[in-house]
Parts: sequence; structure tokens; C-alpha cells
Amino acid sequence: MEHQSHLLTWITFLPLLGMFVILATPGRAKEFIKQIALISTLPSLLLGIVMISRYDPAGGMQYIARHEWIRSFNIFYFMGADGISIPMIFLTVLLCPICILASWGINDRAKGYFALFLLLETGMLGVFCALDFFLFYVFWELMLLPMYFLIGIWGGPRREYAAIKFFLYTLFGSVFLFIAMIVIYIYTSSFDLTKLGAEIAGTELHTAVGLKWWLFLAMFVAFAIKIPAFPFHTWLPDAHVEAPTAISVILAGILLKMGTYGIFRISYPLFPDMALAFALPIAIIAFINIVYGALVAMAQTDLKKLVAYSSISHMGYVMLGMAAMTPEAMNGAMLQMFNHGCITAMLFLLVGVIYDRAHHRDIDGFGGLAKNVPVYAGISCVAFFAALGLPGLSGFISEALVFLGSFPVFPWITVLSTSGIVIGAVYMLWTYQRMFLGPLNEKYASLPDCNVREQVTLYPLAFIVVLVGIFPHLVLNLFSPTMSNLIDLLVK
Amino acid sequence: MHTYELLAWLILAFPLLAFVIQIFFGKRLPRQGDWVPVAAICCSLFFGLILFFMVIVGEHDPNFVFQVSYPWFSGGSLQFDWGFHIDNLTAVMILVVTVVSSVVHIYSLGYMQGEDFYDRFFAYLSLFSFSMLLLVLCDNLFILYISWELVGVSSYLLIGFYFWKHSAADACKKAFITTRVGDVFFFIGILMVVLYIGEFNYTKVFEAVAHGELTGWVLTIAVVCLFGGAVGKSAQFPLHVWLPDAMEGPTPVSALIHAATMVAAGVYMVGRLFPIFSASPAAMLVVAYIGLITAFFAATIAITQTDIKRVLAYSTVSQLGYMVTALGVGAYTAGLYHLMTHAFFKALLFLGSGSVIHAVHTNEMPSMGGLKKKMPITFWTMLIATLAISGVPFFSGFGSKDAILAASLEFGMTHWLHMPIFLGLLLGAGITAFYMFRLIFLTFFGEAREPKRYDHAHESPYSMTVPLMILAGLSVIGGFGLYGGLWFNHLVVPPVIGDAAHHAAEGHGAHGSALAHYGAMALSILFATGGILLSYLVYYKKKISAEAVAGRFPVLYNLSFHKYWVDELYGKTVIAFVMWFRMVLARFDNKVVDGIVNATAPALRGVSSFSGAWDKYVVDGLVNLIAIVVQAVGAVSTLIQSGVIQNYLMKVGIAVGAILLLHNFILRIF
Repeated sequence: MEHQSHLLTWITFLPLLGMFVILATPGRAKEFIKQIALISTLPSLLLGIVMISRYDPAGGMQYIARHEWIRSFNIFYFMGADGISIPMIFLTVLLCPICILASWGINDRAKGYFALFLLLETGMLGVFCALDFFLFYVFWELMLLPMYFLIGIWGGPRREYAAIKFFLYTLFGSVFLFIAMIVIYIYTSSFDLTKLGAEIAGTELHTAVGLKWWLFLAMFVAFAIKIPAFPFHTWLPDAHVEAPTAISVILAGILLKMGTYGIFRISYPLFPDMALAFALPIAIIAFINIVYGALVAMAQTDLKKLVAYSSISHMGYVMLGMAAMTPEAMNGAMLQMFNHGCITAMLFLLVGVIYDRAHHRDIDGFGGLAKNVPVYAGISCVAFFAALGLPGLSGFISEALVFLGSFPVFPWITVLSTSGIVIGAVYMLWTYQRMFLGPLNEKYASLPDCNVREQVTLYPLAFIVVLVGIFPHLVLNLFSPTMSNLIDLLVK
Repeated sequence: MHTYELLAWLILAFPLLAFVIQIFFGKRLPRQGDWVPVAAICCSLFFGLILFFMVIVGEHDPNFVFQVSYPWFSGGSLQFDWGFHIDNLTAVMILVVTVVSSVVHIYSLGYMQGEDFYDRFFAYLSLFSFSMLLLVLCDNLFILYISWELVGVSSYLLIGFYFWKHSAADACKKAFITTRVGDVFFFIGILMVVLYIGEFNYTKVFEAVAHGELTGWVLTIAVVCLFGGAVGKSAQFPLHVWLPDAMEGPTPVSALIHAATMVAAGVYMVGRLFPIFSASPAAMLVVAYIGLITAFFAATIAITQTDIKRVLAYSTVSQLGYMVTALGVGAYTAGLYHLMTHAFFKALLFLGSGSVIHAVHTNEMPSMGGLKKKMPITFWTMLIATLAISGVPFFSGFGSKDAILAASLEFGMTHWLHMPIFLGLLLGAGITAFYMFRLIFLTFFGEAREPKRYDHAHESPYSMTVPLMILAGLSVIGGFGLYGGLWFNHLVVPPVIGDAAHHAAEGHGAHGSALAHYGAMALSILFATGGILLSYLVYYKKKISAEAVAGRFPVLYNLSFHKYWVDELYGKTVIAFVMWFRMVLARFDNKVVDGIVNATAPALRGVSSFSGAWDKYVVDGLVNLIAIVVQAVGAVSTLIQSGVIQNYLMKVGIAVGAILLLHNFILRIF
């Protein structure tokens, strides 16, 4: 029996503890509930920092906890972290306290909101920590439930439509994931994600190419819905528009990454040969995501919808990188997952700031704001330029790595995808102009600038965006060895 | 640490530090912190001058290169480094950038006094200076691209400095996006170079190209793509449209970024990557012709513009075309020399125009006139710059432009097919002299066309005129680098990479044949004089009426005045297409992609109501049928079982009677 670590268990379940405290608190103690919620996300953040500082990038899977759970089905409570999960876990524990702060204005049924939020955090962290397929699936589904209620109860006017669409769409994907998991279990009698790849190679499933093709496709559909890959993306704009600010941040910042995370964690190691077979289709979908997402973003008048479509475009870079499977491309894809998490979180927080004041999100309904809200305009400028891939900010490094890595494999798709660089600049700068530049819209002449709470949510992310832009190796080195092992597995 | 290394660090560190201080604390500092960036750029100038003299005078070696590289990060298989590459070209560029930047910083103290966001203006200037110096100092393609984009964003921020004006907000967006189109090509070029060579470092790439690791049509495409970056940044045709609009920025910005330094970055890049460019003669021809088209076409636009800054903007586009053409025909030294001289006299022209605008509060030359007496320093310094750009002997532009003409003549003499390059440039030189003197005559001579503006006009303060005088001095002595094989000619030569490249570079540059040299010189003086004379007749003596000429050739006049309708063309084609296409896609996304998703809802509802009906009427119906049957049987039996004894007896009697009857009936049959 290997050495057991409880670190990931603590990180994952501490928020759940906070949820129980909140449930035991009377609902009218709203401020107290908010404080409890904030306090119960902070230990996970601190432990997350400990986790990174003590992580050995070259040391493979770490912080392993493995206990028998359901003996008759060979199911384990199996947690662990490697280079693929470490950045995602950190992103989650970082964004959650920020989102609690961004939710400070929620007073309607606050008890339920914050309790569900903490349950959501546990679910998300569990997804990134689980190394048992069944456990992964349990967390994957667990996360859906609070998300459904958070959109469906605290969302905008069309919240019920959006929540049901999100729920059913994801559930639809989950069914495929579940079927794939069961079929794989029937062949291997195992749920151990770290060993399944090798075990599949040892069973007759290995030679059943047709079945493997279907299994890979089934899992890809499940993950593609989460990414979201074209044409499974339409739940995202609706969910974003209706969701409260903090939930949009979580959706774009973390939930989308679960799709690509699942591909890195499950699809690729389990079926490396199918990964190669699917590389070209994934690259084509990536191209569509990048260019189509950017062009549709350009057509939006709702700021939140624009940011939602920009997410679709930016997740395309992740897919392009993962399809190319070269070291630069894979590292770029992974880095893009982290960077997009920070940048898009900033963008959604910024949307929330203006929505709280103006009570609308119509891009053309602003104008000239830079003159009277300089702090807000300044941070927006950083976020917008990060999103359009300005060098010196983090998004550039990951995009450049993806392009450098995918060019040798898919020269034409890469060249065509670089048009996303221009279109990205077009819709970002155009939006910036319509909101912040030009003559001041007199309606907003007395708009208050960002308050301290809002600045506290934005500055850490801006700091990370600049830091990673200048010192990308701080994040890259975390997963570069893991990625290189994965590449060896794929193209051996 | 080596001295050069230390100097490079210091030159970069001061503006960067000033930017950080100014953006975070500028507002709280005395005088809104304007002295921080000014002091910083003066420090950079000081160390830049040391670097310049150490390299040019101290080393005095055409092949001098100092390189230092620091590891940055590893992408997996590619190593990303950053570092300094210092040679004679770097030294010259450092001199140009720090001198012009310092002068513009000081000038801005006066010009921008009392403007809103005064502190931020200086922060952006510092950011620009840092990025531009990094662009000049860096040692590899990746950092070049990064600094390339960073100067782009500083340019965006400064063009949009008066962001509350619609025109400024439009212009900064246009500038960033148009140059980004070029940047994407630049990036694809880098991708191709890295794919075949696996390195970013200049020297390693040059060596690999010299060894033939990247050849043939792939090399040509890669070079053309790299050149795309220069087309965007140096405002070459067809991506030149952003530069005239960029004049919406404050005038010191136009002088620094959109005349002297940033727009020359494209030319510098071609010069820096000359060993790659010169390895592909086909791509070099593309470079030469794009430069020629730009040089000529922009000059013809400048003739009819009335906004003083727009004339200078088109003049800049045209002069950049000269530099690009020079590099395209292999005249490395001449092209880069023109970059240097142009930086000084064009910065001077812009700052001078700023001084004029400051005095009369308009950009329109028809509203000026007769300002010579009111603003003598501005007039005389601008006149010097005009003489320089027109190519009058003893001023700096003469030497550099003459060298370009000589090189293109020589190129035409060896390749007769390409003689139009020389002819186009020569004619362009005449047009340049014409429109520049038109500017001088309209602004400073004749009667005051708007007396109200004229009466309020006055010479600018010393913070603005001293920079003009410094630049005027440089516009004169800047020309002496080329005469008699002085330092520039000798030192700024194409880098020698292996033997093959050495031979290719031989015979180009400013060492032309005597015939080409003196022939070009004579013709260029002739054309410059012709241009000046014509301008004198039209705009000073008024012997020829400009309006009459315009009336005689309305098509030509309109082409020039409306800038060949290039903006309108883009608006009607590319932009219209994108604007249409995005709506098509959005509708497709909404109606088709999401439509299918939403259609599954009614479809599912249909299925579920069918299965509901099945369940209700068939499955449940069977159950109910049994119940109905049982019920019916029950109902029938209730009729029989009335519970009344007499009834039962009667029924039994009927039954018995019936049985007996039946019995007899059956017996009778058998």
C-alpha cells in the first residue's frame, strides 16, 4: 500500500463542511452566511498553494489517496494529482473565493445560494482530483445539480429555459460517458484511470477497433458538450446570459475546462490509437470553434453573450493544441486552459460590475465610460487585451505555443486559424470602443467606479495574467513533464 | 557583466520603470509625474549615446556583433530565450530612437500642458519607448514579435489619447486592426522559419538559411509573409490606410511613433532579417515593387491634401516606400540610412506642424498663411527639414535619397525590366519636393487667409522650439555620414553570414558604379529643383492656378484628393463582407444549430405524448378492458341475481321448462 495523502480530500471536502454550517444557520443571517461561505473556501485555497509548492513536476501522480469503496465492483475512492490536474485544481480554489466575493450582492434566498455554491465547489474539485472512473462520474454528475439550481433560481428572466437546457444537454452527454464507462468496465473489470489504458491494451477490447472507435466518440461527445465544441455549444450563451455573474465565472472559468480535462485525463490515455484517428476531426472542429466563435461573437450586442462566444473561440485553441499532440501544442493547450480560466473570469466579473450599475448589458448602450470610470476602464483594457492575445499578457503565450506546435502537424488548419488573431482583435477592440471610447453617454455621467470589493476580485486575476505573460514557465513547468509522458503514450 | 550588456539593460530599464511608476503613481506625483518619464528617457539617451559611440567609434568594425542570451522558458521541444543583439545597425537605431524620443518627451512638456490625462500620456510614451528599444535590441524573432505587438498597443493607446472624440476612437482601432492583419502574416512567416530551422535566434536562423535549410518557394513564401508584418507596421500599400488616420493622436505622438520610429520598424525588420530576405530574389522583388507602389502612390495623394498633418502622413508613407524599395533592390545601407535621416527631418516636420497647430488651432492649411513672421524659429527649422526631405544638396535627405536612387538605377541597369523602379522613385522625388514646398508656401508665406487666427498666433515656448532646433541641426549634419565613405557607409553593411551570402551582398549597398551614382545624383537634383520651382510658381508666384489645373484633370484630382478611394473600397468589400458574414453566422447559430437543439424539445415532447397515449390507451386500456369485461359480466350477472326468492323460483321454472322443451325437441330429431 502506497503512502496515503489526505491533502486532496481536505481541499475537496472542506467547502462541503462549510455547506453544512450554512445549512445549520438561520436564513436571515445573510451577512453571516456570506462570511461563512468565504471562510470555507479559503482553506482550500491555502491548501491549494501548499499543494503547488510541494508538487514535484517530474514525480508523476502525487497526493494519492486510495481506499476501497464498493468492493464488489472494484470501485475505489481514488484521488491524486498530476500536471494535468494541478493547474485546474488551483484555478478552482482561486476562482471560488473570488466568486463568493462577486456574489456579495445576492440577498434573495442567500442561504440556499451559498450552500449550493459550496456543494458546486466540492463537485468541481472532485472531478479534477478523482482517478477512479466511477468516482469521476459521481463528481461529474454531482456538480450538475447545484449548477442547475444556481442558474434556475438566481438567474435572469429566461433562467428556467437556460437551466433546463444546460442540465439536459450535459446529462445527454453524461449518458454517453456512462455507457462508455460501463462497456470499458465489462471488458476490464476496472475503474482505475491510471491503469485502464494498459488494461485495455491487455484485453480483447484492444483489437475491437470498431468498438473502440464508438467508445471514443461517445466520450468525446460527452466532453465536447462541456468544452463546448461546435456544434454542441449553443447551451453556453444561454446559460451565461441567464446565470448570475459568479456562476458565469465558474461556468466559463472552470466547467468548460472539464471537457478538455476529460479528454486529457480519460480519452487520450485510454485510447491513444483512437486519439490519433480523431486528431484531424478535432483539429477541424477546433478551427470552426476559433473562427466561427469569433465571428459570431462579433455579431453580439449583449456583452455577456459576446464574452460567451469569445470563450467558444478561445477553447478552440485548446482543442487545436490537443489535436496536434506536439510538445508545444500540448503545453500550449494546457496553458490556454489555465489562462482562459483567468482571463474569461475577469471578463465576466467586469460584465457583472457594469450590469450591477447600469442594469443592462447592451454594448451600444454605453459609450465614453473611460472618462468617468478610469479604474474600471483600465482593468477592462487589461482584460480585453489579454483576451485578444497581446504579448506580455498570458493569453499570448498559450496561443503562440498552440500555433507553433500545431503548424508542423496541421499547416493549413493552423494558418486558417491564425485569422482568429485578427477577428479576436476586431470584436474586442470594437466592443471596447463602443463601451469606453467616444463621447460620454450622459446617462452614465455619474456612474460610480469599481468599489474595493470588486477591485479585490479583479486585481489577483490581472496580476496572474501579467505574471504568467512574463514568466510563463511558472505554470508551464508544472505540467510540461506530465504532458511529455502523455505525448510518449500517444505517439509511441 | 559585459559593458554592452549593462548598457542594454540600462537603456531598457529606465523607460519600463518610468511606465510602471507613472501608471500607478503618476497622478499623485508633483506635476503629475511628467518629469519621471522625461528623466528616464534622458537616462536612456545618455546610455544610448555611450553605446553608439562605443560601437561606432570604439569598435569601428563592419562585422561587429555583440550577443548575449538569457533562457526564458521551454515550450517542450523549442527553447524560448531572450537577449540582446548589438551591432552597428542596432547602435544607429538606438541613437535614432533615444534622440527622437527624448526630444519628443521634452516637446510634450509644453505641447500637452493642461490636457486631460496628462499623467497617462507620459506613461504611454514610456511604454512606447521601452517597447521600441526592446524591438531594436532583441536577438530573436519571438521577442521581435512581442515588442512588435507592444509598440502596436502603445500606438493604439496614444492614437486614442483623445478617446472621447469619435474620430480618435475609430482611428486607434483601425490602426491596431490593420497592422494586426500584417502581424498575422508576420507570425505565419515566423512559424515557417521555426518549422524548418527550429530556432528563433537571428544568427542561428541566418546561418541555417545560408546553409540552405530553408530554400526554394518555401523560403519565398516565408519571406513574403515576414514582409507582411512590415507592410502593416510601415504602412505600405495595401495596408497603409491606418497611418493617415493615426494623425488623430497628439502631434508629438505623430512625430515619434508615426513618423520617426515605430513606422520605421518594418523597414528595420527587413534590414535586420536581410540575410533571409536576400536569400530569395523573388521575394526581394515583391519588396521592391510594394515599396515603389507605396512611394509613388502616397506622394501623389500628398499633393492635394489640405490638412497639414495628413500631408506629412502621406509623405511618411511615401518615404517609407523609398526605404522599402531600397532594401528590395538590395541597397541595404542606403535604405537604412534614409531611415535615420528621415527620422530626424520628419520628426522635425511633425513637431513643427504641431507648433503651428498650437498657434493657430487648426490643421487646415487654407486657414493659415503668412506665419513666417510670427513664428520664425518654427519656419526656419521646418524649412531646413523641407530642404532635407526634398533632397537638396548639403541637407541630410539628399545623401540618403540619392543613394537609394543610385542603387535603383544600378539595379535597373543590370535588370532592364526593372528600370521602372528607378523612374518611379525619381518622379516621386520630384513630387515630394513639390508637395513639401506647397506645405511651406501655404503655411508660412503669402497673406494671412484667416486674420483672426493669424492675430492670435505666436511662437511656441522654448520647451517646443529647442527640440525643433536640435532636430534641425541633426537634419543637416545627419547627412554627413554617407559622404566620402564615412562611418555609415562603411559600418552599416549587410551582415556577413557564410561565403554565399557575402557574395550576394557584394556589389549592392551604396557602393554603386560611378555612372549610376553621378547619373542618379544629377537627375535627382534636377527633379528636386523642378518640383520646388513648380511649387514656387503655383503657390508663391501664383503664375499657375492650382484650381485651374485641378479643373483640367478632374479624374486625377479626385483620385488624389480622395486617396484613390482605398478606404471606401475596403469598406465596400472586406469590411462589408465581414459585417455581413458575421450576421449570417449568428443567424445560422441561432436558427439552425440552436434550432436543432430546441427542435429536439418538441420532438421529445411528441415522442413522450405518443408514449403517454400508448400508455394511457393501449397498455392501460388493456387493463381497463379487463375491468370493463369483468364489470359487464358482473352487470349481466346482477340482472340475474336479484336476491328475490320468487324470481329465482320463476327463473328455475323457466329453465326447467326450457330444458324439457329442448329435450323433447332434440329427441324428436334423432
